[in-house]
Amino acid sequence: MKLNQLSISEAKIGLKNKQFSSQELVEACLQQISRYNSKFNVFLKMNDQALKEAEKSDISRPFGGIPIAVKDNFLTLGLTTTASADLLSGYRPQYESTVTARLKSAGAIIIGKTNMDAWAHGSSTETSDFGPTLNPWDATRLPGGSSGGSAAAVAADMCLGAIGSETAGSIRQPASWCSVTGFKPTYGRTSRYGVIAMASSTDSPGPMTKTVADSALMLSVIAGQDPFDATSSPEPVLDYVKNMKTLTKRKFAIGFPKEYLEVLEPEIKPLIIAAIEKLEALGHSVKETSLIHPKYSIGVYTILQRSEVSSNLARFDGIRFGKDRTAFGQEAKRRIMLGTYTLSVGLYDQYYRKAQQVRTLIINDFNRAFSQFDLIINPPTPGPALKIGATRNQPMFGELQDILAEPSSIAGLPGISLPCGFVNGLPVGFGLIAPQFHEPDILAVSHAFQQTTDYHLQKPIL
Amino acid sequence: MDIKQIASLANLQLSPEQEQLFSSQLTDTLKNISIINELDTQNVIPTSQVTGLENITRPDVIDRTRVLNQEQAISQARRSHRGYIVVPSVI
Repeated sequence: MKLNQLSISEAKIGLKNKQFSSQELVEACLQQISRYNSKFNVFLKMNDQALKEAEKSDISRPFGGIPIAVKDNFLTLGLTTTASADLLSGYRPQYESTVTARLKSAGAIIIGKTNMDAWAHGSSTETSDFGPTLNPWDATRLPGGSSGGSAAAVAADMCLGAIGSETAGSIRQPASWCSVTGFKPTYGRTSRYGVIAMASSTDSPGPMTKTVADSALMLSVIAGQDPFDATSSPEPVLDYVKNMKTLTKRKFAIGFPKEYLEVLEPEIKPLIIAAIEKLEALGHSVKETSLIHPKYSIGVYTILQRSEVSSNLARFDGIRFGKDRTAFGQEAKRRIMLGTYTLSVGLYDQYYRKAQQVRTLIINDFNRAFSQFDLIINPPTPGPALKIGATRNQPMFGELQDILAEPSSIAGLPGISLPCGFVNGLPVGFGLIAPQFHEPDILAVSHAFQQTTDYHLQKPIL
Repeated sequence: MDIKQIASLANLQLSPEQEQLFSSQLTDTLKNISIINELDTQNVIPTSQVTGLENITRPDVIDRTRVLNQEQAISQARRSHRGYIVVPSVI
């Protein structure tokens, strides 16, 4: 196995036993990137100090010497950050996001910044102002998004793990389409400070990794209250790896909402059912349940997201940084327009307030379900990766693709996407959600699933 | 929907083609999202903060470690003059 193919957990052991050095790890990733980046368009900007940082790395730290990739909406001090938007071309942040600051202080080497939908507005990475990223499993298809570059970087072994961010599906959907493990933490579990804002009431940074154990490892580093983000949670941070392992033997009560099954495309249903049977074989009880139909979440999410986008993007006036507002792409303009409309005088109650009320109904519905179940099965996407060009003339492409991720995101719940098989050579993702701050329960069941399956170990032919 | 009025509120310049395209697309999107009106929300309290945090404050003390100096603060502005950011005339 090549060094760039290792998981973070494997690399930590190798570094400790002096089987290889951090420079060799970084070098292996950089070689993979130089071979395949022109084909798949995964990285927008490389950190030219990565090898020097590797040389000086302290491997006794939790991420000492580990090369990771970061989605381009996280501000990285001095390293160009654009959120894949032409408006921010050449922007060099004067400060560091909390998530990347924590990774750096844990010893991680940020090798570069990954492509995404411009401003994270999409679920395809096709709306990037710098061209789409292609899916490593099939270069005629989309990687999903908005964290499509990070998902593709992990799938194509261009890094050992990556950071993504999710508003509704932006970690779990590309993880599913690229066959990687994507973990969206509870809203507020990870800090939004220094993340170019999309929808502030749902944005959640999280890990995109080769295994569940690696996600647990990364979450332990990036989670926690941040004085710079007033919405970050004071809930104590756990050692997620230890908790995950302790809970692996526990038998969980798991619900499967019939409304979610209805939304799945027929070709992936057998794989989801097989994954459920695997959970039963592991000793968990899985029972059918019912939730508010996810089609209502599309409406709620669209209103909340467009409204918050119009407000967040108001700051881009071309004065302190970036180009002026004529540089916004078509998708950003369309979203700002709708959000400005739904927040305008006389319409606020009809749209934004109504959506926030339905959000309460969705939260109450989950609370009811979680009084019966520890976890809920939530496949992240209705089907496998779509063809390049699928987003054309589809102003609600993302909202429809993310129908299964929207309810849990609106409620701020943690969720995971796990590789669970392939249809016609395309990866399919399985998923679980839990009550807020029950990350360890998801990680434990998912880890046990990966201990007895090998879908996550399969590699694309690039 | 008055597209020109919304564009002006949003401080966006749209081409005539964009005005026409957005006008029809936004009307379609509004039709799609009106599905939420099927749900009764009478007396339901809206949720804006999902983890229930309220009134988060911090001591009113300047943290010198995170203050940008003048050079850093203006380093990303397109136009600056003698340590100040040049802004368009607003009068």
